[in-house]
This record gives sequence, structure tokens and C-alpha cells, in this order.
Amino acid sequence: MSAEFDIAETLDVKGESCPMPVVKTKGAIDGLAEGEVLEVLATDSGSMSDIDGWASGTDGVELVDQQESDDVYKHYVRRTE
Amino acid sequence: MSTDTPDAAADETADAPSRAELAARVDELEDALAEATDEDDTRKMSIIATKGTLDMAYPPLILASTAAAFGYEVTVFHTFWGLDILHEERSKKLKLSSVGNPNMPVPNAVAALPGMDRVTTRMMEKKIEDNDTATIEELLETSLDMGVEFQACQMTIDLMDYDENDFYDGVTTGVGAATALQDMADADIQLLV
Repeated sequence: MSAEFDIAETLDVKGESCPMPVVKTKGAIDGLAEGEVLEVLATDSGSMSDIDGWASGTDGVELVDQQESDDVYKHYVRRTE
Repeated sequence: MSTDTPDAAADETADAPSRAELAARVDELEDALAEATDEDDTRKMSIIATKGTLDMAYPPLILASTAAAFGYEVTVFHTFWGLDILHEERSKKLKLSSVGNPNMPVPNAVAALPGMDRVTTRMMEKKIEDNDTATIEELLETSLDMGVEFQACQMTIDLMDYDENDFYDGVTTGVGAATALQDMADADIQLLV
């Protein structure tokens, strides 16, 4: 699954709750170059739906993958423009 | 009978716009379309924040920062008790009302006793801390960093006798209802909190 893309940067928002995972993801993705993928590590269970909703409603980003393991929600977001 | 058709066609050709005229008209319409779609390119959200209790300070700030993350241009117009959210001192001391909310763990008769608001506020602050929920100050600073425009209603600043320097840096003062209305008219999302 994760072999399809390289991770350019990892953002750790474990412990933080709404709206910070989305807000900080936006801040971090702005620092990436086009085509690069950001990994976001969160413990907020709402982040699965929130990051998905944010990525589909926001220009220039694309949700590549989401995974859950050991109560950590992992999100992979690519900057597309 | 069969001569009608060529005659009609000849008349039409005489009146019809030339190819060059049509091409010019198409260009004109394409420009107008580009301009019209260009103008609405940035999505906008306008929030009116009227409440200053600890619980009611959260929704406008959470929505404002989230909308900014989506790329919205966000304006939050603060009026009446909503001004306290922008007030540097008062925003750190927002209180939760212990009366009037039947979901509170204390009965109203007890909640009305002196000092109870402080107790329930302390309880809420502890929950916020334990859950790592962002503080009001943190949300406000984050939103300001993301370009959210916070406006403090001039009429209520005067009414409450606040000083313009009491607000966070970056807060816009000297605005009124007409400014808010204009923002709402231009916005894709309008909310009164």
C-alpha cells in the first residue's frame, strides 16, 4: 500500500483535537512542493472523516491513502499544484 | 414554388452578421464569461459572532480556522458579547454559565449560588486541558495567522467602553453593520453564532 509513494514530510498531531489536525495539515502541505506527499499522524478519530472532507473540498490537494493502526490514524495527502 | 427557397436564403444572407462579426461576438462573450467566473473564484465565508461565553466562543473560531484551511476568505464580525473573544484580557477569562443549561451537572437552584459560574468554568477549562482541545487564544492566533479577518463592531466597542488597543493585534476596528452586510452578501456561507 505505502510503497506507491514516497513520504516527503511527517506531521505529528497526535493528542490534538478538532480543528487542529486539519488546520495544521493545511499549514504543512503549503510547505511542500507539487507532487510531494505529507504523512499526518493523528489520534483524533474524527480526523478520518475531516481530512477526507478537507482534501476533497480543497483545491491543490489529494488524499492518497488513510490507515488506522494501534489507535493512530495515518493520512497521506499529496500536494497537486 | 421551388424558387421560394433560394430567394429566402438570399435575404437571410444579406441580413445575417458576417463571419468576422460573429467571431468578434464570440470573443466578447468569452471575455465576459472569464470575468464572471474569475470573480467568484475565491470562496468566502462570513460569520457574525454575538456570544462571549466560553462554550459559544468555540464554534466561530473552529469554523473560521477550518474554512481558512479549505482556502476560504473568512470574515468574522464580532458584536456585543462576541467582542470579548477578540479582547486580549477578557478572552482569557471567558466563563461558562452554570444556569440556564439543563445539561449542566448541577441543578439550577444550586447553580445560581454566588461563585458557581467560576466552578463550572474551571470544570470546563480542566476538560479542555485534559482533552488537548485548543484554547480560545490558540484558535484565535492560528486563525489570524491563516489570514482570517476579525472585525470588532465599533458601535459595541463604544457601548461597552472598550479601548481599541485592548484587542489582539490584527483585529479590524471601525466597522459596522453595513460592512458585515456587504461581507454576507458576497459570501458563499453566512452564519450567525
